[in-house]
Amino acid sequence: MDFNDTPEEAAYRAQVRDWLAANAPKKREASSDPEGGDGMAASKAWQAKKAAAGYACITWPKEWGGQGGTPVQQVIFNQEEAKHPIPGNPFQIGLGMCLPTVMTFADEETKKRFVGPAIRGEEIWSQLFSEPSGGSDVAASRTKAERVDDGSGDWVINGQKVWTTGAQFSDYGIVIVRTNPDVPKHKGLTMFWLDLKDPGVEVKPIHQMSGGSGFNEVFFTNVRVKDSQRLGAEGEGWKVSLVTLMNERLAVGGASGAGWSQFMDVARKTPSHDGATALTDQALREKLADWYVQAEGLKHTRNRTMTALSRGQTPGPESSIGKIISAVQMQDLANTAIEMLDQYGIINDPDLAPLHGAFHSSVMFAPGLRIAGGTDEILRNIIAERVLGLPGDIRVDKDVPFKDMPTGR
Amino acid sequence: MNFDFSDDQKFLKNEARKFLQANCPTSQVRKVLDDDGKAYDADLWKQVAAQGWLGAAIPEAHGGLGLGHLELCVIAEELGRAVAPIPFASTVYFLAEAIMLAGSDEQKAELLPKIAAGEVIGAVATSEGPGVLTPAALQASVSDGKLTGVKVPVTDGDIATVALVLAKENGKPGLFIADLTGGTVSREVVKTLDPTRDAAKLTFKDTPVRRIGAAGEGFELLEQVFDRAAVLLAFEQTGGADRCLEMAKEYALERYAFGRVIASYQAIKHKLADMYVKNELSRSNAYYGAWALNTNAPELPVAASAARIAASEAFWFASKENIQTHGGIGFTWEMDCHLYYRRSRQLSLVAGAPRVWKERLVSHLERRNVEAA
Repeated sequence: MDFNDTPEEAAYRAQVRDWLAANAPKKREASSDPEGGDGMAASKAWQAKKAAAGYACITWPKEWGGQGGTPVQQVIFNQEEAKHPIPGNPFQIGLGMCLPTVMTFADEETKKRFVGPAIRGEEIWSQLFSEPSGGSDVAASRTKAERVDDGSGDWVINGQKVWTTGAQFSDYGIVIVRTNPDVPKHKGLTMFWLDLKDPGVEVKPIHQMSGGSGFNEVFFTNVRVKDSQRLGAEGEGWKVSLVTLMNERLAVGGASGAGWSQFMDVARKTPSHDGATALTDQALREKLADWYVQAEGLKHTRNRTMTALSRGQTPGPESSIGKIISAVQMQDLANTAIEMLDQYGIINDPDLAPLHGAFHSSVMFAPGLRIAGGTDEILRNIIAERVLGLPGDIRVDKDVPFKDMPTGR
Repeated sequence: MNFDFSDDQKFLKNEARKFLQANCPTSQVRKVLDDDGKAYDADLWKQVAAQGWLGAAIPEAHGGLGLGHLELCVIAEELGRAVAPIPFASTVYFLAEAIMLAGSDEQKAELLPKIAAGEVIGAVATSEGPGVLTPAALQASVSDGKLTGVKVPVTDGDIATVALVLAKENGKPGLFIADLTGGTVSREVVKTLDPTRDAAKLTFKDTPVRRIGAAGEGFELLEQVFDRAAVLLAFEQTGGADRCLEMAKEYALERYAFGRVIASYQAIKHKLADMYVKNELSRSNAYYGAWALNTNAPELPVAASAARIAASEAFWFASKENIQTHGGIGFTWEMDCHLYYRRSRQLSLVAGAPRVWKERLVSHLERRNVEAA
């Protein structure tokens, strides 16, 4: 038991370090937000550099611009890359989820057209799954595609997607739509790729409760797509979506934001009862211990996952626990921090609040983190069903034609 | 990255599990539980000695197998799974670790071979009453090599032959080795939450003792011993917690209510998912503790604290929610759920309660945090 690289891994790490030292940006762009103009230009430039050197998608085959490398090599690159002031990465969803789906299901011509520009960062992709009618229940999608009755074989898409990350700066997307409402929900779905610059596509940023706008609503009004844009067979969209979700990138990072160490820094300077500092408060000390133990537990769980990868094994289900812990901890820790400030805690003005309001931002963002990419409840279902092997819930909609399903809000 | 046990260590773990399934089923544990006159399973103790487990981490020169602490960790996990009713922790995690850490050559040569052979049963005697023990409040004292004082509770104190005792000498805490077989120690069994692990009140009256480690540094040495024990206990706790999750899962998959297995209800599924999450956090922290213990890393105090806190939480949660998953039958003496519930209490308290470890952990982090700033 140790934390060392194997000789091969060490050699790869050295090679990556050398390359990054010579090529990575030396300082962060003023705006690292890829939505900002300069930020996006920097992100695209860095992506192009990585692609040219084969580091953009290390595990992809060489013919598609990868290195034919291992997942461990990708993790090593991510670890080393994170030590440099690199710009934001708006390509993650496209390269991690959309393009693998395109590469699995599209024809050669389509693949040749899209894979290169995507890996070089010239074109950005979005994944359009969630809908107002179905967040956790993606198979309940109502956005529909109907055949055009002119013998062309084309389809027309109408409806709405929601919570689409990065749609405002994306060029293309993969979208799951209903093509047959007369069969049960999972059987009537089909996947397409489409051009998000089509005039029938309208992207509206969502104003989040946290104040920001990282996600969008996407409306489709008579968007015409060719049958050759179909990914997988008609009615097989659900199975195609599982391929997309399987390709989610290896989560190697923890939840960002202020953690136990920042809490400790602030507690040390915050007055508490009897003129002592908050860091002497026994209740807060016990909470600090709990947060530390959770954070360490997640860190070493990632080390176990990395070990499995290093041995050429498929990581075990232990990697599924990360967000359940980190999102709730983010909320609890940040809220405890602002309560520690007592009356002053209400102030989130970055000029007045500790850490420029980082705890306040976490309090407002944490509810979203507990929902995005699988709610707390859905993640528990996944652990219960896929890890522990417990039975699925009774599905009252399993054998009901989609059009007869009850709908609420 | 090689943050896992080796194939050999996993093989040993598997062999230990098979051995304990054959020799320590819960029916065997119940013989100790149900018989007040039976302090431990003496047959199992002999068998475990014959397997070499008592000396797994003891060097060959001192009669052990000379394997290492990682091997001891996998054995500990299996003992925890089996709720084994033997004085393994007292003898191996506390006494043997203390001797290996700070014993003189003479103490090592005398005691380690006997521990490895199962001829010595150890105990650690620190507590003197309710609440957290501090150096200032310590009452037991040694003068002219003789110990006088009362220690309660002392796990395995009724059967131990050698005890590690914390006592004052010249007003400062020291750690001492006491032979319990002479006539100067009186032992009184005390009833505890977990009758599968006995405890006693020990009254010393001019009992001859030998100091272990430097004079006046007994408290610091005891903390080092507890750090080492905490990692090993964390593996026992993780093993017990995993078994609770298995029991809950097996029962939930067989029990029907309202026309379907209760394992299909989200209320039960989420409860079991929460057990799983806590157990994984416990396991990952325990692994880091194992690494720190095996390499004697400077991180050991922090790693051991984290392992102990995570494991205490996981075993408590799994053992109590296992009972709830079983419903009424889980509250009966006949079901095994309470064996684990009881053991989770015993293991959480034997080397200091979680709140004590949380305070130790934060004190360490505070120092580190200041140094980094």
